[in-house]
Amino acid sequence: MRRLAINRLRQRQPVDEATIDRFLERHEMPIIEGSKCTFCFRGAADEVWVCHRIVGQPQRVPMRRLGETSLWFTVLELPDGSRVEYQIEVRRGDHYEQGNDPLNPHVANSPVGSSSVCAGAGYQVPDWLTPDPDARPGEILDLPVPSKALRREAPCRVYLPARFSDLHSYPLLIVHDGDDYLNYAAMKTVLDNLIDRLDMAETIVVFTNPGDRNVEYANSSRHARFIAAELLPLLEERFPLLGKPSGRCLMGASFGGVASLSTAYRYPDLFGSLLLQSGSFVFTDIGQDHGGGEVFDPVVRFMNRYRSNPRKVAERAFISCGVYEPLIVQNRSMVPVFDGTGMQIRYVEARDGHSWEDWRDRLGEGLSWIYPGPQKYYYE
Amino acid sequence: MSEVDEGAVPRITLLGPQRRPSLDKVVQAMGLAGPFATITAGWQEREFDDAELHTHLRGDSHNLSLWHRLQDVLAQDADLAVAHRIRRDWIAQLQELYLIGVDHTMRAVRQIREQTENHPQVLAMAVADAEEVLRDLDRRHLARVHAVHAEFYERLVPHERPVVAHHRGEVAEVLSRCNAVVLAGGHVAELLDALHLFNIAPAGLDRLPIIAWSAGAMALTERVVLFNDNASREPTWSEVYDGGMGVLRDMVLLPSAHYRLRMQDHGRMSTFAHRFAPARCVLLDPGAKVQVGYDGRLPAYTPVIGSDGRTTTLGEARDA
Repeated sequence: MRRLAINRLRQRQPVDEATIDRFLERHEMPIIEGSKCTFCFRGAADEVWVCHRIVGQPQRVPMRRLGETSLWFTVLELPDGSRVEYQIEVRRGDHYEQGNDPLNPHVANSPVGSSSVCAGAGYQVPDWLTPDPDARPGEILDLPVPSKALRREAPCRVYLPARFSDLHSYPLLIVHDGDDYLNYAAMKTVLDNLIDRLDMAETIVVFTNPGDRNVEYANSSRHARFIAAELLPLLEERFPLLGKPSGRCLMGASFGGVASLSTAYRYPDLFGSLLLQSGSFVFTDIGQDHGGGEVFDPVVRFMNRYRSNPRKVAERAFISCGVYEPLIVQNRSMVPVFDGTGMQIRYVEARDGHSWEDWRDRLGEGLSWIYPGPQKYYYE
Repeated sequence: MSEVDEGAVPRITLLGPQRRPSLDKVVQAMGLAGPFATITAGWQEREFDDAELHTHLRGDSHNLSLWHRLQDVLAQDADLAVAHRIRRDWIAQLQELYLIGVDHTMRAVRQIREQTENHPQVLAMAVADAEEVLRDLDRRHLARVHAVHAEFYERLVPHERPVVAHHRGEVAEVLSRCNAVVLAGGHVAELLDALHLFNIAPAGLDRLPIIAWSAGAMALTERVVLFNDNASREPTWSEVYDGGMGVLRDMVLLPSAHYRLRMQDHGRMSTFAHRFAPARCVLLDPGAKVQVGYDGRLPAYTPVIGSDGRTTTLGEARDA
C-alpha cells in the first residue's frame, strides 16, 4: 500500500519551505487517502489543533509540526462515506484563535456561522442538490401569519410546486426553522428536483420560523397551538390541501424535531407523518441531571413523560441522525419507543454530524418516503 | 386468450419506451401513410413539446391536444370540475384501501412460498389459494372503480355538456381525417382521463391502426396495472388501477419491465403472472416491437412472463 502523502513528504531531505509550497499546491486539503485524512496548517504557531464534534472521539486533536518548518499536520481516520465539519485552533503565546481551515475552501454554513468540511472517501453530494435547469421550479410566497398564541406575527413562506393548480389537492408539509432549511439545506432546490424527478409528490410546503427558538421549540403549548389551531386552519382555507392526517406532515431538525414531536403529541389525530432529523430528544433514565443546560429542562421533562407513557402521535415517522453527533444515543433509543406505539418508523443513520448539510443530504430519502412521488403512474 | 402466428396484418403496434426512438423506422417498415393523429396527453402541460414526434411522423401529424382540452373543460365547466375532483378523490381512497388488502395478501403469498417443510404439492395449493384471494381483490377493486366512473358519467352526462361536446366534435373531426393514431407514454392516469372523456375509442381508436408505447400502450388494454418494484416506500406490489380503452384484451402491458420489476425474483414474478392470468403479461422493454393483428391476437414471439416467473415468449409459454 502506498505511503501517505504526508509521510512521503517527511521522508524527503531536506524539507524546506519551497518543498512545502509545492506539496500544498499539489494536494487538496484535507488529503483523503482511503480512510486516512491528513489535516494541515501552515503558519507561525506554538500549538495547533483540529477541532471537530465527533462523539466518542477526542474533539481537539493536536497537530504535529513538521521539523522546523511552518507546516503542522495530523492524520485522522474516517470511515467510508463520512462527512465531518471542523475548525483549526491555533495558540500563539497566550492567544488562542479558532477558525475555518485556511487551506480548505469547502465550508458549510449554518445560523451560528460556518465550518470547514472534510468529505471522507466515498462521500458524495447527492445529485438532487444541484439546481437542474430542466426541473420546473416551484414558487415561494411570503405569508406573515398573525398569531395570538405566540403573541407575534409569524413570518412563514409557502412553497407552491411547479404546475400548481387549484383543481388539485396537495399534501402539506410544515417545516420548523424554515428559513434555515431554505438557506442552509437548499430546500427549494431539493423540492424542485425531487418533485420534477417524481421522487416526491407535488406538495405544498410551509416554512415557519421561530421567535425565541429555545422557548417555542422546547415543548411549548403556545407553539403547538399556533401550528395546529392557527396556521393549519388558515392554510387549509387558503390552499387546496388534502385536509386529512395522511396529507399533513410536521418536520424539523434538532429542537425543531422536538417542536414537531411535541405538537403532534398535543394534537395526536391531526398529523399523519413526522420527519424528524437529529431530534434533541434528550431524556434521563435516573434523576434529572441531563447535562444539556437549562435550555433542555423542558425538553427533558417532555421526553421523560413521553417515554414513561409512549403513545402513537402519527401514523408514520422518518427519523434520521448522524452517528458522529452526541444525539445519536437518544435518537437510537427513541426508535423502539416509537415503534412500540404502532407508528411506522423509517430510521436512517449517516456518518455525519449535527449539521445542516447532514439534514440536507437526508432530505431525498425522507421526503420521498413521507410523500412518495407518482412514479407508479409514469411510463415514459 | 387469442393468439396467432407472426405475419398477420398489424392493427396495433406496441413499442418499447422511445427514449431512443425507433418510431420513424417502424412507420417506414409498416408502410403507414399519414396523416397521423397523435396523443401526448400523458405528457400533461408538455403535451405540445412534440416537435420530435412530428418529425418522426414525416411532418404529417396532428396532435389531438387532449390534455389541454381536458384543462379547458375543467376551467369552463365548474360542475364537472368539482365532480371530477371528487371522483379522483374517491378513486384514490379506494386505491389506498385496496392496496392494504393487496399488501397483506402478497405478504401471505410470500410467506407461504418461503415455507420449506411442506410437501411441494401442498405448498402449491396454498399459494394458489392465496393468489385466488388476490385475484378476487383485483376483480372487486376494478368493479368498484368502474362503478365510480359509471356514476360520474351517468350524473354528469358529458356528451350533453356544451364544452365537452364541442371538444369531442373537434377530436372526431381530426380523427376522421387521419389514417393512424400514435399514442405516447407519460402519466397513465391523466392519459386515461382524457381518452375516456373525449370518447376516443368510437371516434377512431376502434378502427384505425395504432402505434403506442409505454403509458399509451397500457391505456389500450382493458385493465391497467401499475407497477414499480423500485418505489421508495413499501408496499411495492403491483396494483390494478383502472379500466383502459379495451382495444386490447387479455393482456397486461409492462413497459420497461426489466427496469421496473424484480424480474430475477421468479417467485414474485410467478405470482404476478398467475394473478393476471389468463391475460398474458407482456414485456415492453426498450427496443421491443409487438404487432397485434386485427383479430387482437398476440404473435408467438411476444416476450411474456411465464407461469414459472421466468421471461419467455408467448409461443414457448403456450407449449410449456
